[in-house]
Amino acid sequence: MKALSRLYVALILLFLYAPVAVMVFFSFNEGGSVWVFTGFSTQWYEGLLENTEMLTALQHTIIIAVLSALISTVLGTAAAVGILAFRKKFSVKLSMTLTNIPMMNADIVTGVSLMLLFIFFGRLLGLTESLGFVTVLIAHITFNLPYVILSVMPKLKQLDVSLSEAALDLGCNNFQAFFKVVLPNISSGIFTGLIMAFTLSLDDFVISYFTCGHYQTLPIVIYNMTKKTVTPDVYALSTFIFISIFVLLILYNTVQSSGEKRRAKQ
Amino acid sequence: MKRFFTLLLCLCLTFLVCGCNGTAIVTPPDGNELEIEYEGTYTKEFAGTTIYVYNWGEYISDGSDDSVDVNKEFEKLTGIKVNYATFESNETMYSQLKSGGVTYDIVIPSDYMIQRLISEDMLKSFDVTKLSNYHYIRDDYKSLYFDPKNIYSVPYNVGMVGIIYNKALIGEPDHSWTTLWDEKYKDMSLMFSNPRDAFMIAQMILGQDLNTTNKADWDAAAQLLKKQKKNLQSYVMDEVYGKMETGEAAIAPYYAGDFLTMYDINEDLEFFYPEEGTNIFVDSICIPASSQNTEAAKLYINFLLEPQIALANAEYIGYASPNTAVIDNPDYYYYQNEILYPAEDAVKNRQYYHNIDSEIRKYYENLWIDIKLY
Repeated sequence: MKALSRLYVALILLFLYAPVAVMVFFSFNEGGSVWVFTGFSTQWYEGLLENTEMLTALQHTIIIAVLSALISTVLGTAAAVGILAFRKKFSVKLSMTLTNIPMMNADIVTGVSLMLLFIFFGRLLGLTESLGFVTVLIAHITFNLPYVILSVMPKLKQLDVSLSEAALDLGCNNFQAFFKVVLPNISSGIFTGLIMAFTLSLDDFVISYFTCGHYQTLPIVIYNMTKKTVTPDVYALSTFIFISIFVLLILYNTVQSSGEKRRAKQ
Repeated sequence: MKRFFTLLLCLCLTFLVCGCNGTAIVTPPDGNELEIEYEGTYTKEFAGTTIYVYNWGEYISDGSDDSVDVNKEFEKLTGIKVNYATFESNETMYSQLKSGGVTYDIVIPSDYMIQRLISEDMLKSFDVTKLSNYHYIRDDYKSLYFDPKNIYSVPYNVGMVGIIYNKALIGEPDHSWTTLWDEKYKDMSLMFSNPRDAFMIAQMILGQDLNTTNKADWDAAAQLLKKQKKNLQSYVMDEVYGKMETGEAAIAPYYAGDFLTMYDINEDLEFFYPEEGTNIFVDSICIPASSQNTEAAKLYINFLLEPQIALANAEYIGYASPNTAVIDNPDYYYYQNEILYPAEDAVKNRQYYHNIDSEIRKYYENLWIDIKLY
């Protein structure tokens, strides 16, 4: 039985990571093919540094991901606190439903409708062009928000209301009570929301496709290569991103577990 | 927790810094910067402005593999910033331009799409012959059907469709499109998965005009394509690279320039132009009507026509160039290459696609769905 369950886990890991392994493998291919391996070389990694188009796209992707994750985390946390503060049960339910709709909505519908909205307002304001950095940022914040709210909400619900009331009793004003008592207790939820928002924004294609204008992000640039064929520099770049995120996660987990140990000792 | 945030921030910043550095590297790794001589005159008159360029993906020499980074050289020379974006099909480009959400100063669509853009007043007209490097365009690529007066477009790349085959697997086939119907090559042949190109092949066999408006012609071509279906391995677009390079498929129609890319990987591959004739395309540089920086855009077009810049692009892209400074340059990698530049009589019946009116387009698209479901 134990062997069987191990095999099962191994199979799952294989299916999850085999594609990535193949990609890493071909990123070291000497030839220009992404199908036939001709020899080992690091030329695609070297070439990447000179490929301005791809690097600009990467820069765009990271800027959008970081900014939209940070902004939607702040907005989403505030929204979660606000929603739970409603007195009427009905208002809470209504606002949660409204939050969930954009998440269940097909990306393409969100993308097209945001594009139409941006163009409509652009025309209204008399802009020569309405799509660009700002619109893609707004779009990403929009689709990130529900995920942040949903990851902060349970933490807030778990939190004992009397804690912040006690803080108020002991002389905190509302702001101090929030920042000193509530925020530290829900920080893990906020952090999960932040990471979710960051990754969602990083690999979004459909919504960016409709709203980005000239400000093309990496997934779009890669998609546009399909007129000819995807070159191994994309593999090199993806390997680089994969390893960065891998290292980031390992660091996160070690930092977190050492923090837990410290807390356990106390 | 705090430490983690610091780490995250550091990592993000490194990314950003990397990105910035990437755009700042100017000298190639060996340090000997290529001195480019320009024929046109480029002033700094428009320095500080930006032009927005919209081009096919991987359709400009971008500095990888020690090639010339065309956009960066232009920025250095004129001080104009190039904001470069890409598309993967004429139709995407059209919908982006049409939506009005973005403006571009340069677009590089194909022939039939230029015809459509002109008919919808979406391009700016200007006397292209006034560009100082325009004389490099070979005469047979001037005054093309979509721009007879040369007031909208400057050719950038040209190409034709032919048949790629693996001689190690199937030997020497007949030089005809009917090879793709031959039962000898059952389950080894591929076909275009977009309707216009697939119909083109059947239309060539039937000796039709590619831009026919007679529905019976399209019906006949569709019949022929249905007959072919059971013989095919699959319908493909850019998957053709993998299938041909690995030998998974043995025969496929595709563009001459892309054959050369595949040949670099698999030397068993060969290419021919079928005797019935084939489709020829031209991708030309145009200025959209919504352009805000037209004079700088003209400078950019002239720059793309520069002998050394056009050479760098032709070698990077691997398609045929309409620029005589490239075609007649003995140092050009594909100098006198018979596949990119076949003699006039080697490929007789060369037909351009024209913009087809929406009724016929819907008609053949429905026929195509029928074929796919057949």
